[in-house]
Amino acid sequence: MSDFILRLDDVHTDIAQYRILHGVSLDVPRGGVHVLLGRNGAGKTTTLRTIMGLWRARSGAVVLGHRDISAMHTSEIARLGVAYVPENMGIFGGLTVEENLRLAAGPAGFDPGRLKRIFTLFPAMEKFRDKSAWALSGGQKQMLAISRAIIEPRQLILIDEPTKGLAPAIIRAMIDAFRDIARETTILLVEQNFLFASSLGETVAVIDDGRIVHRGVMAELAADRDLQTRLLGLSLDAHH
Amino acid sequence: MGANGPSLPDRARNGRLAVYAIAAAIGLILAFAPFLFGDVRSQQVAARICVFIVLVASYDLLIGYTGIVSFAHTMFFGLGAYGAAIALKQWGPGWSAVLVGGGAGIVAAAALAALIGVLSLRVKAIFFAMVTLAAASVMLVLASQLSAITNGEDGLVYVAPKLLTPATILFTGADGKAAKWFGVRMDGKIAAYYFVFLTCLVLFAALYRIIRSPLGAVLEAVRENEIRAEAIGYRVVAYRTAVFVIAAVIAACAGVVWAVWLRYTGPETTLSFAIMIDILLMVVIGGMGTMTGAVIGVTVMSLAQFYLKDLMGAAAEATAAIPVLPQLLNPDRWLFWLGILFILLVYFFPAGVAGTLMKKGTH
Repeated sequence: MSDFILRLDDVHTDIAQYRILHGVSLDVPRGGVHVLLGRNGAGKTTTLRTIMGLWRARSGAVVLGHRDISAMHTSEIARLGVAYVPENMGIFGGLTVEENLRLAAGPAGFDPGRLKRIFTLFPAMEKFRDKSAWALSGGQKQMLAISRAIIEPRQLILIDEPTKGLAPAIIRAMIDAFRDIARETTILLVEQNFLFASSLGETVAVIDDGRIVHRGVMAELAADRDLQTRLLGLSLDAHH
Repeated sequence: MGANGPSLPDRARNGRLAVYAIAAAIGLILAFAPFLFGDVRSQQVAARICVFIVLVASYDLLIGYTGIVSFAHTMFFGLGAYGAAIALKQWGPGWSAVLVGGGAGIVAAAALAALIGVLSLRVKAIFFAMVTLAAASVMLVLASQLSAITNGEDGLVYVAPKLLTPATILFTGADGKAAKWFGVRMDGKIAAYYFVFLTCLVLFAALYRIIRSPLGAVLEAVRENEIRAEAIGYRVVAYRTAVFVIAAVIAACAGVVWAVWLRYTGPETTLSFAIMIDILLMVVIGGMGTMTGAVIGVTVMSLAQFYLKDLMGAAAEATAAIPVLPQLLNPDRWLFWLGILFILLVYFFPAGVAGTLMKKGTH
């Protein structure tokens, strides 16, 4: 078994006439939370969307386990066990919480054990089970999006800026939930909230202008304020 | 309930109850239509409402539940109708002709829908709509031009299976003639109406079952956001094609029923764009993506189409002494008032009658 669940090898992605990714190479180890950091417009979301097949890589390879998925259709990639939680959460507002979960669970229906675990992680999901998703608060919508990602066993979960616009109490609940989820799967997390990312991440990659400019252990980056400032234009102190 | 009246969920629940109550009342009236309305015209309207409820509900499965805009729905309706009509004309009255001819029409509709779906559902909605418009136009021209089979613009006149003809006695009375139940003769005419009503009930129930099934939730997800649906593992093109085929099959079944009821099939009664516009208006009036809205939309529109003229004639007579009003209410101006009625309905029920009452789309 490979030590890496995902490998991106010299991936170039264009959106219309613009080149967004200029040869991204990234290895995501199997298990745990791994973070992709970067400024606005650096190419973080494009990287996740390219992995998911929502943008097609112009060149390079995206390998899941031992399988090249760069030419695969998005739905096939999802069926291989890759879940994607986009920045806008991607829930279906016209459906209830339960219907959203059922959609992601597929034709086999719910695994009662997994459903129970979701309700333990996010009690609001049980409380608002029959409520239309559009009527949930921002934090509850994010919980639903993450619940949908873990309603089935996944090889890899791609999560794009889950803390954006959320209250600190909900962010703390998210940290606990992600730690729990990472025990059974791999999370590739795109985040701008460095405090959140550094409290969860095992490894970190920093992307800038469509290229990976740093790869390493998160604890080392968290400890090196000069490196943070140089790579991200921030220091951990600023977030305290 | 608060000081400002019922909350949004309460209003939505009350609205849902009102819509279901209206739909149930319409269903009951249709179920007993031959006993409630003795005249032929009323039964004709009731049968048309039954068939169009299925036709409009199947179209709502496309436009309302899946977000597919198609102008080919009458083409599938026509294929079913022409299949049954040609077989009844060629082989004479009999259920085998209805089954084989109608079945062939339904299979043709399914095959054509699958072909159009596979080839065109990947493209943008507007291009797909144009493809369906072109296909429907070709079918209309073919029906007119292939006179040897379809009898061209004149259409086909044939005899329905014996059970459904007025001469058939279902229950014999003491006088040896057809028995009368609550004043209604138990003959083939009533059998024909209940053939239409029960078949349409089964088809509508099948559609309702589909939207209540897990497939219904997938379709809503596809309509809401195709990319999100893809990202959780659903092949959108496959689902869109499947639902296009299902809607085509149901429309073709409705066409078979319509052909058997009318005992006449021509381009004007099945394939015309006037029918397609009626279907669109009925879906909009009822409320897209509500299914029960089809029941309300078809009933409102059909009653207006068939009785507005009569109502205006009576109103013009009643207001004869008042200046200007009788001219305005002249029955010849019924289309003008139908237009006004449509504008008012859209204004007061922007999401259709059922959609607005059920508070659909409040998010």
